[in-house]
Amino acid sequence: MAQALNAALRDEMRADPTVHLLGEDVGTLGGVFRITDGLAAEFGADRCLDTPLAEAGILGTAVGMAMYGLRPVVEMQFDAFAYPAMEQLVSHVAKMRNRTAGKLALPITVRIPYGGGIGGVEHHSDSSEAYYASTPGLHVVTPATVADAYGLLRASIASDDPVIFLEPKRLYWSKAELDTTAATEPIGRAVLRRAGRSAVLITYGPSLPVCLEAAEAAKAEGWDLAVLDLRSLVPFDDATVAEVVRSVGRAVVVHESTGFGGVGAEIAARVTERCFHHLAAPVLRVTGFDIPYPPPMLEHHHLPGVDRILDAVAKLQWED
Amino acid sequence: MTVLDHRPTAPVPPWLPDATGPRTDPAPLLPDDAPYRVLGTPKLAEHDPELLRELYHRLVVGRRYNQQATTLTKQGRLAVYPSSTGQEACEVAAATVLREEDWLFPSYRDTLAVVGRGVDPLAALTLLRGNAHTGYDPVATRTAPLCTPLATQAPHAVGLAHAARLRGDRVVALAMLGDGGTSEGDFHEALNFAAVLNAPVVFLVQNNGYAISVPLTKQSAAPTLAHKAVGYGMPGRLVDGNDAVAVHQVLAEAVERARTGGGPTLVEALTYRLEAHTNADDATRYRVSEEVEAWREHDPVSLLERHLRAAGLLDDAAVARAAEDAEALAATMRAEFHAEPELDALSLFQHVYAEPTPQLREQAEQLAAELAAEAGA
Repeated sequence: MAQALNAALRDEMRADPTVHLLGEDVGTLGGVFRITDGLAAEFGADRCLDTPLAEAGILGTAVGMAMYGLRPVVEMQFDAFAYPAMEQLVSHVAKMRNRTAGKLALPITVRIPYGGGIGGVEHHSDSSEAYYASTPGLHVVTPATVADAYGLLRASIASDDPVIFLEPKRLYWSKAELDTTAATEPIGRAVLRRAGRSAVLITYGPSLPVCLEAAEAAKAEGWDLAVLDLRSLVPFDDATVAEVVRSVGRAVVVHESTGFGGVGAEIAARVTERCFHHLAAPVLRVTGFDIPYPPPMLEHHHLPGVDRILDAVAKLQWED
Repeated sequence: MTVLDHRPTAPVPPWLPDATGPRTDPAPLLPDDAPYRVLGTPKLAEHDPELLRELYHRLVVGRRYNQQATTLTKQGRLAVYPSSTGQEACEVAAATVLREEDWLFPSYRDTLAVVGRGVDPLAALTLLRGNAHTGYDPVATRTAPLCTPLATQAPHAVGLAHAARLRGDRVVALAMLGDGGTSEGDFHEALNFAAVLNAPVVFLVQNNGYAISVPLTKQSAAPTLAHKAVGYGMPGRLVDGNDAVAVHQVLAEAVERARTGGGPTLVEALTYRLEAHTNADDATRYRVSEEVEAWREHDPVSLLERHLRAAGLLDDAAVARAAEDAEALAATMRAEFHAEPELDALSLFQHVYAEPTPQLREQAEQLAAELAAEAGA
């Protein structure tokens, strides 16, 4: 996946000279996860800019660059390091189009490696998607596959709106053949990764492989689980989600960030509002606990795993 | 023995900067001890009389604009107005030193500077009237929206100036801040980025003495705010912010320096907010009238008029013309703002994204149905 992201950046920079990268360590080092590897060498230090270490400054500078017609791609290095830029994000990046009645758009992509499962120490494993998703004016996308890493990043950079591009860092090392000639999917569509008739697991990003594994394991219980990958949290694909839930009648939302006030709560509410009469059971959530992200030797207790997902599925009251 | 008693015995490692290293010599970056002044000095004769009369004219019209806008808040026609009465010299100079292709990044108090850029004086008040956030086209006027969060527009100015330079354009960005804004993190990050990128930016701090009620002595322990520039590797300049000619000259030099590749400058203009922070604030709670009256003696408008008249550069006719234009503008403001604005409720959904999300489409339909029901009722 890391190479797919790198290829997406390279291809967008080749296609569009206004695409500029900036962030801490993105130049000579090629990023701490090597997502920008080789880009400074190919495109120069101006288009792949090593900045001073200050996230608000990085994003604020990107705002000004976008105002002058560039298409900045910002790297935030780690999830919890993005918080100093929150004011720039919420007060300016998200609102500029609205504040200026459409006269000034900010086509900025903010890449944020997020989530746990890689044994990172404190402040290296947060899942902050709910903050971004509840900020009007931002698109929030997160790939779970190598193909989406490439396609969604290209679509994000091409978007005329700001996009929060959340990279599930424990999937950086996931491998698959990449077809860079495939048509780029527009932002905002969920995709059914696995069909099933018993219940659907609704998920995104780092939890997708866990859900696919759970669906495989569920076969032993006689359950045929569908797995739906949201890919985009904003805009939210209400239509596809409702269609799948109505067809199976039972749903579990799975994500690793905290549950209270999280994206799963929003999804459960939307599904209930739209599909109440098609539901054979309440929509359940399997999420991380409502705790600060734990130290690495304890994180496996926090992250939703196959067993916890199957326990939730078992609660869906099988009567038919 | 403490840590401080320890002295290294080994040679200084090569990565430690020394006197011969590449760092900038701080001496030329330091501001002068006294604020730069032109009025009351022989330097006034070096300035173009036409420019001086233009500055005077703009000061007079700007003062009247401030007064009329404040009156409109009392009549409920503007939601709020942060007056720049007393600070007009900074406002006027900020606009007159920029070329059309340059960009201004104003804070919420800088309506006069925005008007000085050529923005329609009524459109510049849209935010404060409350019917939209920004009433002008920031791209067409190269004037960023009036910025309400403190100092957050400063990094935008850096980014824009940096981008312009990358594209080979000789464009300068001027960011306007208050003394309170210099305590914000974004101010420091902007200065640091600007210096490191050698971006063609000028930062103008209008030090009017108070951040709402907090005086400068509780805001900063630095000798002057201009001193803050030195630590980032850019020059700091101190100027009398009520001396319109001095502010114009210092800013013009900083803009020229930026335009010719010399990098950023921080300018601190010492001025005073004669009115309260906004009409919603009671300034008598935190400052004494003697202080206000002392500053009235150093009012930028009367100061310039006095010195220009003494130098024979301003006559009664020019003074009368400025007063007439000021009254005409005030009359236009009254006429416009006493009319009810036309508002489109569905515009709420128009500019959130390039294309509304499915969720916003649903909510727009909901509001449209509510409006239709209201209209039918």
